[in-house]
Amino acid sequence: MDHYLTALGWGVAILQALLYAALAPLLVGWVRKVKARLQNRRGASVLQPYRDLYKLLAKEARVAHTASPLFRAAPYVVFVATWMAAATVPLLAVDLPIAAVADIIVLVGLLALARVFLALAGMDVGTAFGGMGASREMLIGALAEPAMLMAVFTLTMTAHSTNLSSVIDHHLTDGFVLRPSYLFALGGLVLVTIAETGRIPVDNPSTHLELTMIHEAMLLEYSGRHLALMEWAAQIKLLLYGTLIANVFLPWGIGQGFGPAALGIGLVVVLAKLAALGVALAVGETVLAKMRLFRAPAFLNLALLLSLLGLLSHVILEVGA
Amino acid sequence: MSLTLLPLLQQGVLVLAAIVLFLSFVLLAQTRVLSAIHAFAWQGALVAAVTTVVAATGHSHHLYFSAALTLGLKALLIPWMLHRLARRLELDRHTESLQSPTLVTMAAVALVIFSYWLVLPMIQEELTFTRNIVAISLAVVLIGLLMMVFRAQAVAQVLGFMSMENGLFLAAVSATGGMPLVVELGVAFDVLVAMVLFGVFFLQIRESIDSLDVDRLNRLSETRGDGQ
Amino acid sequence: MTAALSMDMALALAGLAVAFALGSAILSLLAGRVPAVLRLVATPLLGLGGLAALGAGLTALVLGGSVQATLPLGLPWLPWHVRLDPLAGFFLSVIGVVTCAVGLYGPAYVRGFEHGKDSLVALGGFSGLFLTGMLMVVLADDAFLFMVAWELMSLSSYFLVAFHHEQAANRRAAFLYLLMAHVGGLMILLGYGVLAGFGGGFAFDQLRAAELPAVWAGVAFALAFIGFGMKAGLVPLHAWLPEAHPVAPSHISALMSGVMLKVAVYGFVRVVFDLIGQFHWQMGVAVLGVGSLSALMGVLYALMQTDLKRLLAYSSVENLGIVFIGLGLSLLFLSAGFQSLGALAFVAALYHALNHAVFKGLLFLGAGAILHSTHERDLDQMGGLLRRKPWTGLFFLVGVLSISALPPFNGFVSEWLTFQAALQAWQLESGVLRSLIPIASAVLALTGALVAVTFVKVYGIAFLGQARSRHVRRARPGPWGMQAGQGLLAILCLVLGVLPTGVIGLMDTIPLGILGTGLPQAGARGWLWLTPVSPQTASYSGPLVVVLLAGIGLVAFWGLNRLWTRGAPVRWVRRSDAWDCGFAPPSARMQYTATSFSQPIRRVFGLLFLIDESVSPQEDGQLRHRLKIGDRAWGLLYLPVAHAVESAAKRVVRLQSGNVRVYLGWTLATLVGLLWIIT
Repeated sequence: MDHYLTALGWGVAILQALLYAALAPLLVGWVRKVKARLQNRRGASVLQPYRDLYKLLAKEARVAHTASPLFRAAPYVVFVATWMAAATVPLLAVDLPIAAVADIIVLVGLLALARVFLALAGMDVGTAFGGMGASREMLIGALAEPAMLMAVFTLTMTAHSTNLSSVIDHHLTDGFVLRPSYLFALGGLVLVTIAETGRIPVDNPSTHLELTMIHEAMLLEYSGRHLALMEWAAQIKLLLYGTLIANVFLPWGIGQGFGPAALGIGLVVVLAKLAALGVALAVGETVLAKMRLFRAPAFLNLALLLSLLGLLSHVILEVGA
Repeated sequence: MSLTLLPLLQQGVLVLAAIVLFLSFVLLAQTRVLSAIHAFAWQGALVAAVTTVVAATGHSHHLYFSAALTLGLKALLIPWMLHRLARRLELDRHTESLQSPTLVTMAAVALVIFSYWLVLPMIQEELTFTRNIVAISLAVVLIGLLMMVFRAQAVAQVLGFMSMENGLFLAAVSATGGMPLVVELGVAFDVLVAMVLFGVFFLQIRESIDSLDVDRLNRLSETRGDGQ
Repeated sequence: MTAALSMDMALALAGLAVAFALGSAILSLLAGRVPAVLRLVATPLLGLGGLAALGAGLTALVLGGSVQATLPLGLPWLPWHVRLDPLAGFFLSVIGVVTCAVGLYGPAYVRGFEHGKDSLVALGGFSGLFLTGMLMVVLADDAFLFMVAWELMSLSSYFLVAFHHEQAANRRAAFLYLLMAHVGGLMILLGYGVLAGFGGGFAFDQLRAAELPAVWAGVAFALAFIGFGMKAGLVPLHAWLPEAHPVAPSHISALMSGVMLKVAVYGFVRVVFDLIGQFHWQMGVAVLGVGSLSALMGVLYALMQTDLKRLLAYSSVENLGIVFIGLGLSLLFLSAGFQSLGALAFVAALYHALNHAVFKGLLFLGAGAILHSTHERDLDQMGGLLRRKPWTGLFFLVGVLSISALPPFNGFVSEWLTFQAALQAWQLESGVLRSLIPIASAVLALTGALVAVTFVKVYGIAFLGQARSRHVRRARPGPWGMQAGQGLLAILCLVLGVLPTGVIGLMDTIPLGILGTGLPQAGARGWLWLTPVSPQTASYSGPLVVVLLAGIGLVAFWGLNRLWTRGAPVRWVRRSDAWDCGFAPPSARMQYTATSFSQPIRRVFGLLFLIDESVSPQEDGQLRHRLKIGDRAWGLLYLPVAHAVESAAKRVVRLQSGNVRVYLGWTLATLVGLLWIIT
């Protein structure tokens, strides 16, 4: 651990955190663009999310009379917790000092912290929609979180470490190994990603149709800079899950040192992987229809089952004494 | 045994076997008849794939033949027959929900662990690879039986039965490098005949009691003769 | 020499704590005449007792030795032994911390009873005896004193549960509590009997030295597990707990849920880990299974409740489940010979016990503060309390975040440690255990997520939104004493979460004393890093997480509100009506209620509850919705047992002819029979 607690390491960690914040809108813009092309529309520019964020940040914020101080604090908590969770996922290079500060269980905890504040903020003003969104978000979160932890435990039991950097290192040294458990864990994690980032078929990020909203229902009362922070946090969350899938299951190309060449290659490779994932997400959203709310538990049970089978097949097939 | 020491093809067998197990779970929890038939077809195809890979690693040519046989029979012919039957019996939009899917799934997970525990005594070093596959096969067989216990619908029962057969075949192929060709042919023929008989049987019970719910077939009970 | 001296001082301090508690009980006798005694003297004395216990406990933990003494009390040939070692010291500290907060909080709270018709003497007297009992259980060094103190604790808390005895439901709860406490006590007594049969005496030293065959060790373990598990409220023996804990006065509920359950954990640890001292994997599986079941069922039932205090009581069942998951893991690792992993799971369990005492105490005190100013326990009547009781709201939020296991608060640390222990399952030889442990950790993960749902519901319904009833709308901030009590515990929640390395360094002496292994790796990199197994395996830095979270948050806030203001000196927000998709301004009745919030979960996990729901039209054309959620444990366990006992009693009743000579005949027969057996 000591060997990477260096000033250079911290510098790269900060650079990586800034990259997360900077790239997150781009990924959302990319997914929207691909989706539009698939649906024979021209679609807005890939840079549109940046313009939206800038506009919202500059606008005046309105807050309901009935809102408490928690309503105004929540966007900052949600944004910071999500951002910090993202910063612990290796984007460009492994062996960053931030990985020692917070391992993957802490990452799940930070995301849960953001979710709790999001739900509380939804309930704060006292509208019917806010409560509805909070109740549904917590239901989905409650089923998705254990599935995510199980998937992650499969990885950590293989690598004997909960430190994400060590997990990726372990993979790189092992070379290409076909692990049944990873297949299941990947399946579980993909389903969790879809549920947690509010994509079709669990939630629809672009709807304001009252009865089907989950994530948007909690943000209804937000405006201006508060809304900007909430939206930005959601975008970072999508990037976080994308990077997690791309860099943990397909780690090849990630920088193993802090030299400019390694970092540059790492950036290019991860961008390519994320672009491919974005296309996959857009295709999925185009061909699938949103489910009824009470189909979502079945969807997440499948995720939980996949993750659990991942753990079991790790124990049965891969370590048998 | 460390997975990293195995050759890539054997890793492939493990992956395929694990997916076969997963499909057993899908079969167990699937409520739509047609989707269940599709899952069964995929399971058959995967068993055929395992057979092919084992044939490639072991250079036993007759296994290629049984792979083709499995593919033709389990992945194509029987699913196609079931499909046609389901249409004729107007079951395509029929759904049947389990009483408590979570509990049944947990029971299946328990069976997986139980089968793993059963094979633990096989401790010869060179057998560890085989042993784990046998554990998976045993679990597939037990889950097939579990499915027959918990699903009342006759088509689902047949699927459970056939998936048990898949499990046995998987064990035979991976543990002993396949049965003699004659036995395999015999078994395949049996399965086919069973399928035809099931088809006739479905039509009959459908005509006589106007349902495919096997819970209605309680007449044979001595104590509750009025089972209907 | 100095160490021994200081340990003696620690024991003296513990004696002082007991004296304070007894003094509080005795002085309360005056409260019948001068009501203010309870508020001004007796309750603060409880707090002082807590402070002394905390001092004694911390000293014992720091020094790590043990000291024994014999009291000139008890029966002539059976004097009472007391002993203070790190394990006892840890639980003394747990008792002490919560009691301190109760001592701060209590005076203002009991003031509300001064003008009622409830007996102040009973409240003060039994509170003092209750604390005395708990302290003596932890200090006892022989089975005899242990049982006396245990019964003192059970009986005095029975009277506290029955404090509001005007309502029949409370009397029923108290009776059930008494019954269960006694069945549990009987089991514990039998367990000690088994140990004493092999040890040749009732002092703990003799019990510890007893060489038990594996079967009898199993029997003693089973008896202790049932007995202490009953007191700790483990599923399926939990049904008394959500009936009994909520009906006591709130500061006593905090003591019962926060501390008394920990005394049961202490008893279990003392008997199983220390006295029996042999570990079998069957024990581990049993404890792990029951713990997982308790955790999951506890939180699911908690989620369904609308009565705030009842909800908190069910959540105690869940947290004790988590503690026992940790203990089960520890037993499994110890039985397989992994001493240091066993110590890790053990410390994780104890850490969670401490954390639960702190945050559950805090939440019960918060519930008491709401009850004090609104006389309301029903969540569906609350709303908007954050703006009316800002400090209580803030402290309650800390409690909510802690219990939901969110970083950087304390609940997260103990859950993290438990996960770390579970993730070492790959080292075990047995493949079946290797696959059981991940399933238990899946249950733990699901539990953690459901706890977050439960407490988002509590906080969102009670403190946010708009008030749903008139008396809640008129709630006022409570007296400062009540807020100080909550504040103390809230600060502890943060400290225990941010500086886990220091806390674990302190706790290291407990496993060293009992299991012979500590956690040498935990603080290997200094106070900033928590590395329970090794730095390569896992590390967590609470201080850095807090600094980063707070730092980035403040920078973002400052940047958006002060720095980038587009001309104005400061950017404010503008207030307006809620938008709500452009519908009419929302009224309080349009909000989600606690029942509607938990409806999706009720539907998903429907089979686990006994749901009785009906919608019936009324005469005035309105619809009336009725929902009752029952505990399945009643139908599956309690009622059959009750029926069996009842029918057995009906048979026995034939013996009662009413004729005195027949009774004498039975006595004669019994006597002859007994004499025959003895010879």
